[in-house]
Amino acid sequence: MNVSHDLGTWVAAFLTLCILSFVYKDNPFYKFAEYLFVGVSAGYFIVLNYWTVIYSNLLDPLRTAFGGHVEGGPFRIEQGDYRALLVIPGLLGVLLFTRLSRRTAWVSRWALAVIIGVYAGLKTTGFAQGDLVAQVQASLQPLWVPGHLWTSVNAIVFTVGLLTSLLYFFYSREHKGGLGLATRVGVLFLMVSFGAAYGYTVMSRVSLLIGRFQFLFSDWLHLIR
Amino acid sequence: MNLSALESLDRRWIFLGMALLVAGPLLFPVGLPLEVSKPTQEYYDAIAAVPDGSPVLVACDYDPGNRPEMVPMTKTTLRQLFDKHCKPIVLCLWNGGPGLVDQTLEEVADEYRARGVDLVSGRDYENLGFKSGNEAVMVLMGQGITNAFPRDQRDRETRTLPVMKGIRDYSSFPLLVSVSGGYPGTKEWVQQVNSRFHLPMVSAATAVSAPDYYPYLQSGQLRGMLGGMAGAAEYEKLMHEKGPATRGMDAQSLAHFFVAACILLGNAVQWSRGKRGRA
Amino acid sequence: MKREIPLFLTAVIGAVMILGFFVPHPWVSVPTDFLQQSAVIVVAFGYVLGGANVLRVNLEGIAKRDRDWPYRVVLIAGMLVTMAVGFFVDGPRFQAPGTPSIWIYNNLFATMNATLYALLAFFIASAAFRAFRIRTLEAGLLAAAALIVMLGRVPLGDFLLRPLTDHAGLPEWLRTTPLGAIQDWVMNVPQNAAKRAILIGAAMGVMATGLRVILGIERTYLGGGD
Repeated sequence: MNVSHDLGTWVAAFLTLCILSFVYKDNPFYKFAEYLFVGVSAGYFIVLNYWTVIYSNLLDPLRTAFGGHVEGGPFRIEQGDYRALLVIPGLLGVLLFTRLSRRTAWVSRWALAVIIGVYAGLKTTGFAQGDLVAQVQASLQPLWVPGHLWTSVNAIVFTVGLLTSLLYFFYSREHKGGLGLATRVGVLFLMVSFGAAYGYTVMSRVSLLIGRFQFLFSDWLHLIR
Repeated sequence: MNLSALESLDRRWIFLGMALLVAGPLLFPVGLPLEVSKPTQEYYDAIAAVPDGSPVLVACDYDPGNRPEMVPMTKTTLRQLFDKHCKPIVLCLWNGGPGLVDQTLEEVADEYRARGVDLVSGRDYENLGFKSGNEAVMVLMGQGITNAFPRDQRDRETRTLPVMKGIRDYSSFPLLVSVSGGYPGTKEWVQQVNSRFHLPMVSAATAVSAPDYYPYLQSGQLRGMLGGMAGAAEYEKLMHEKGPATRGMDAQSLAHFFVAACILLGNAVQWSRGKRGRA
Repeated sequence: MKREIPLFLTAVIGAVMILGFFVPHPWVSVPTDFLQQSAVIVVAFGYVLGGANVLRVNLEGIAKRDRDWPYRVVLIAGMLVTMAVGFFVDGPRFQAPGTPSIWIYNNLFATMNATLYALLAFFIASAAFRAFRIRTLEAGLLAAAALIVMLGRVPLGDFLLRPLTDHAGLPEWLRTTPLGAIQDWVMNVPQNAAKRAILIGAAMGVMATGLRVILGIERTYLGGGD
């Protein structure tokens, strides 16, 4: 049988089988692979974030600014070129490490405040423009299109589904009477969406297994192209 | 039919069934015909409409956990772009992804180089690499792509690269392709970039995320979408390829039928138990 | 002051970020740009902190001789070797093809990452048999939608079901409509309607929470203590 001669592929195949052995039962091979994965991931993420962000976006620009390699000196700030000002996020990043001690953990709140403030602002405007305004705008469609019965039916079904599903999330009044009937219809539409989501989730998970088998049969054992 | 024996079925038999039904068609393919769906056709058409030779921003936000769905989509997208002599500017916002994304890009570039096409990294295509920060990176790029990515995947200064000349911010691109495995991904690109900077977008998403993006497709915020391995296989068909997604669809089909059968059989067992209980 | 200054910072920064969406003037766009750059850098430090915490927790576990302590040694060894190779052997070009870091990435990290997720396929089948129970109309509708999507999205759906539906007492138009077309309709109309409702509702929720955080009403991110 013409199998792979690459050491890396054999290591990868061994680890793949270690993890797949979990479906029979938990065992030391699976545990070994699981802990190794956590360790390698943690190490890789540290290296990645250091070289691609801390070095690239912080240390290298600071070195350039204070090393006399830029016109105007380290304190000439303009959009996109912050030079000496980058000391501030650098310091905030270092302050994050005070979280490791209970006594000094409160200092890290300064760095967290910056992150929370930035992302609260970005997410508020992002959701408002991208989800709320644009989606409501797209929902305002004609319910009757002359000459196109099926399009009209779809538009009516869509609008009924949208409104009743939205009403389901209205908790300021008890779901009784007319509101109760509307929310019950909304629940039916929500169930259809959850069922569709389940179907697509099955497709996604099965794809991942197909990918692993393709690696074992193709890259390792050369059984398929 | 007496289904009581199935009530205490060891789940490992179900695992074995799943394994056999996935492995079998991979070893003995059937090649069932595929129909191309409308979102996939729209995805293909949106990229086809990009002017030849343009730079195109390709956000590959995934890691090896989504590889079987994402890599075929990425490769076929890059092939369509290279066929049009476009310049893909690739980036990754997932911690686990940059190595895989770079490997995918170089594999496609190598295919073209093997056919005699002169493709040079930094001149004809570029991998900006990884940056942490999710939405903050997306908005930061709006003021200047090289501000967010001063150095690329190969540790080269991005401002000096020939491919980045003339590229300032999102206005330099006619299209954004979001190959998205989850968060951050298509949703965040729609919210922060499509809505704010009005950059037209298409999405190639995992099957888990695809249903969530249908509203964006219907509203026009997305011009087209690939959903999961089925979407990847349909796209391969449009590009006249028989790639890993197409080869995986036989296994996908059988596995889906198996899960459907599990649902129906599980309920039949439950129903027969209830019937015996009442009898 | 241990809580008030961070709350004040969050309020000012959040307000500036929202203002930056509406005002393109450099007096606003330059600070928001700098804040985004700062967030990128601080988040990167956060990942390094996470790694440091993993190291600390597992070293403690080894020192206390926890039940799984030999595996923790494997974890620490994997972590330290990856870091040593990435920092001292490969340096800033650690992601170039052919480097030891990329070997570790491809054959260890990527492999195990992909396989751990692949296990889910087995469990989804097992859960479908043991836990998916159709007892109400709602559950039945969920199951029907799931079955239509699962079978309609793959080529085998129509191929196998066509002979069955040809003989069932179904109307002509339904018997000749491909399952894929029915699946498309489910995704584009009822599914889309509900998803859009969830999207709009979630958007309002996120906006409300964002404003609560910026205004200092929501303070859970500060943690406990003084």
